[in-house]
Amino acid sequence: MITKEEVEHVGWLARIEIHESEAQAYAEKLNAVLDYFSQLDEVDTENVAPTYHVADIVNVFREDVVRPSMPQEEVLANTGKKQEGNFLAPRIM
Amino acid sequence: MTGWANISQVKEKIAQTSAEDVTASYLERIRKSRINAYTTIWEGAIEKAREIDEQGHNGPLAGIPIAIKDNISTRGISTTCSSKILQGYVPPYDAHIVERLKDAGAIILGKTNMDEFAMGTSTESSCYGPTLNPWDKARVPGGSSGGSAAVVAAGEAPISVGSDTGGSVRCPAAFCGVVGLKPTYGTISRYGLISYANSLEQIGPLATCVSDIAALMDVIGGHDARDSTSVQTETMYKDALVDDVSGLKIGVPAEYFGAGIDPAVENSVWDAIQLFEELGASWEQVSLPHTSYALAAYYIIAMSEASSNLARFDGTRYGLRNEGENWHVMASRTRAEGFGAEVKRRILLGTYALSAGYHDKYYLKALKVRTLVKQDFDQAFKEFDCLMTPTMPTPAFKLEEKVEDPLALYLADVNTVPINLAGVPSISLPCGFTDGLPIGLQIISKHFDEATVLRAAYSFEQNTEHHTRRPAEVA
Amino acid sequence: MVYENVDGVKIGLEIHVQLNKLNTKLFCGCSTDYHNDEPNTHVCPVCLGLPGALPVLNKRAVEFAMKVGLALNCDIVGQTQFHRKNYYYPDLPKGFQTTQYDFPIASHGKVIIDGEDGERIVRITRAHMEEDPGKLMHIGSIEKSKGTLINYNRSGMALIEIVSEPDMRSPKEARRFLDKLRSILEYLDVFNGDLEGAMRVDANISVMGGERVEVKNISSHKGVEKAALYEIMRQKNFVRRGGKVVLETRHFDEQRGVTLSMRSKEEEHDYRYFPEPDLVPMRVADRVPEVIKTLPELPDAKRERFTSQYGMADMHAKALTSEIKVANFYEQVANLVDPRSAAVWVADILKGELNYRDVSVDAFKVEDIVEIIELVTGNKITERSGVEIIRTILDNGGTPAAIVKEKGLIKVEEDIVTKAVTEVLEENPEALQDYLGGKEKSLNFLVGQVMKKTAGRSDAKTTREMLLDRISKLPPK
Repeated sequence: MITKEEVEHVGWLARIEIHESEAQAYAEKLNAVLDYFSQLDEVDTENVAPTYHVADIVNVFREDVVRPSMPQEEVLANTGKKQEGNFLAPRIM
Repeated sequence: MTGWANISQVKEKIAQTSAEDVTASYLERIRKSRINAYTTIWEGAIEKAREIDEQGHNGPLAGIPIAIKDNISTRGISTTCSSKILQGYVPPYDAHIVERLKDAGAIILGKTNMDEFAMGTSTESSCYGPTLNPWDKARVPGGSSGGSAAVVAAGEAPISVGSDTGGSVRCPAAFCGVVGLKPTYGTISRYGLISYANSLEQIGPLATCVSDIAALMDVIGGHDARDSTSVQTETMYKDALVDDVSGLKIGVPAEYFGAGIDPAVENSVWDAIQLFEELGASWEQVSLPHTSYALAAYYIIAMSEASSNLARFDGTRYGLRNEGENWHVMASRTRAEGFGAEVKRRILLGTYALSAGYHDKYYLKALKVRTLVKQDFDQAFKEFDCLMTPTMPTPAFKLEEKVEDPLALYLADVNTVPINLAGVPSISLPCGFTDGLPIGLQIISKHFDEATVLRAAYSFEQNTEHHTRRPAEVA
Repeated sequence: MVYENVDGVKIGLEIHVQLNKLNTKLFCGCSTDYHNDEPNTHVCPVCLGLPGALPVLNKRAVEFAMKVGLALNCDIVGQTQFHRKNYYYPDLPKGFQTTQYDFPIASHGKVIIDGEDGERIVRITRAHMEEDPGKLMHIGSIEKSKGTLINYNRSGMALIEIVSEPDMRSPKEARRFLDKLRSILEYLDVFNGDLEGAMRVDANISVMGGERVEVKNISSHKGVEKAALYEIMRQKNFVRRGGKVVLETRHFDEQRGVTLSMRSKEEEHDYRYFPEPDLVPMRVADRVPEVIKTLPELPDAKRERFTSQYGMADMHAKALTSEIKVANFYEQVANLVDPRSAAVWVADILKGELNYRDVSVDAFKVEDIVEIIELVTGNKITERSGVEIIRTILDNGGTPAAIVKEKGLIKVEEDIVTKAVTEVLEENPEALQDYLGGKEKSLNFLVGQVMKKTAGRSDAKTTREMLLDRISKLPPK
């Protein structure tokens, strides 16, 4: 069971602002899903390896050859917050 | 003039008139549309078509209009994943498949509506509002590629592309009565497809007939060095279009006809299987015993990957930007405002499933179950050439029917998600109707055996009329 | 002599090394040569984290990482894959860093350093590959900043993070380790340590069996030594006053020379590692023999060879081999002149002058030092003049011949004559007395002696004048 406090913590980890007033409602909806997920507990997965990739491919590389980068205007074209060729963000802390 | 038409019919029209005329009539149709299937109409289409008229083009799709799902990057054309958080984002680059389509001479009409970030089965979670099912505007078109399926069904584009993470091409294809293919994982480059759950998803074509699916695959399939999971394949998909299923061994997995299946759907699918038998194929029941766990495993994996894939939307470089006293608060508010309810729920669940103390219980466990699901398929394909199931357990449901109950919505994906867990190819094609709503037959085959899927689907189509039916308002 | 380490100091280091000798970044084709360019001009959809872009691994980066691992005496992993390390920070355009996690490319190695009491082994825990974040510039101080400027040119640069065991017992040993590491990396030609941000260090420091404190993101070897000195003092004082050191992360303020606590909500992490689905596993074990063949002679081996091959003192061999550039320079010189003289001139003199000016050996030409050594050993100039020429070349440029001429080969000749004059006067006190007593002929004898000593390099007239000048300046008896 995910608690209201855990919802707030996970919200912070995921950088999604959750108001205290919303946390309870989130907890209920998330718990319904987590409850459904818990059915996996009944599957015996002893000695079963996880499947991270379905395609059995290894060693895919690129040669160390330079390709053109984007022009600075294009890099910054999707933001209004920029300064002297840099992205401009609020202070960090 | 245009409407429900396949590639060869559109080619004829172009020959009679011009690519510009054909494109213009599609654009006109789109502007009059009442199904809200496009998120962006690309006005440059006309000019592009004129260029093809004037300069000529010998590509396989010369002058053929196409619609692209809004989660596929198109240079200079807004690409938003139907999300508020990507409002205003205009990509500076084309996805691999968009490059291929342009090289083949296709004309991009615009971007199609979808569930926000492809997270849904109904196209209702779009920030642009739901797309309506062309067969019944009170119903959903399926999702998440609802727009891409609806435009084909409504004659607003002859062909389209979507993406399929857990059924997102096949579900709307079934609900809208068109054909949709989810190819083997690694067949089509994902370069430029905005990730929802990268280990599960593939781009897939949608069309009015199986031949057009093959034609599209011949253009967009194949290796791309920019996607490390892309594989070398030499399939010529058109070569698979053979009307012959004699000797084909069909497996029918009992688990896909489980509780909650609509009797009309069940009947139509059995009718289809019977037809295959009449055409020379044989069938047997088979069991995929871990099917019932696939849904939970799928959602855990998809949400976990999504929680990381969607981390880049932080307001710093593109898209929506909120205010805040520092960067972290700015990012948190931007994300709280920019993502819709379902996307937020999935990010939170995915974050939780990967977090310290829960990683093994959820994420790792799901990946182990994935192995078991995959083994079920491996086992079945030792005996059978393909499997046949209903794509969806029911026909299209009503708008808002499942909006408030995420779990009920997830359950609708029960027959499509195992395929993505295993990475195998599967197609959905129309196999009947109930109360005027289309029903989809799903044909599944083993890794890189699209040829069998296409041959079976093509043969079925050659011997049935379902695919020729069209919604009442598409003349 | 045994080093006591009375404070029980333990220092472990985590060093982020930029593989900046690659042509391109770790996962995209953007050039690594951004250091003098405008911000955000070396980025593409991949390293800018644009939606839909996908990474593809640089093959040569893997080779470089394997070389580093092998040079640090590590085992190379059989199969590995990249993971995502999830956390939010504006320099991280994807909201996660692609890095190695449970299977680093290299592990269980060691490096030998000159410790407090002779050779000391520092164990290498692991070395793993990862991508560099972009670069942040705070407008004003980090705490009160009005905003942050972000330049993603650095984003996606290939890094190798080398983690040591806490085997260093003093700040000096930490510095020696870093010097040695840099030396090895430059030998491997995977890294140019002169470029800004090429090596960044986190130091884990504990005293007297207490918890370790991590000091993050120190950008110079000197900084690591200073930070460690400060931190040891701080922890000792804290314990002395009855405090208990707790596990924490601190930030090093290079200007003030102090470490500051960084505890804040923004620093709480739960990285939620999982394998990167967009990259496939790599199996590289079978390539190890091939990569071993490409390994160059490393500093320790070269040092040994220099003493045996050139017959130089170990002290000189060590000085000459600590930097690959100096070692190569020396060997070119040693091929052309007496290797032992070359060792003295390059290790003792030239290196000192270079260090004093903080310039690399690139600033000096092999043919110039060869010419200088030949002039000195040929007795044509004094050692002091040799040093003078080196300094002149470094400060003002020019060639030895021109400098000899300009500053006066004549002056140089005069030096020899001057020296001979002094010697002749000392060796012949009677002749001097005779001259001072009025015997003019004795002066001719002295002139003859000087000319003999200088092998005729001085003419009689000048020699006579110099003798007279010197005699006139002799202190009265």
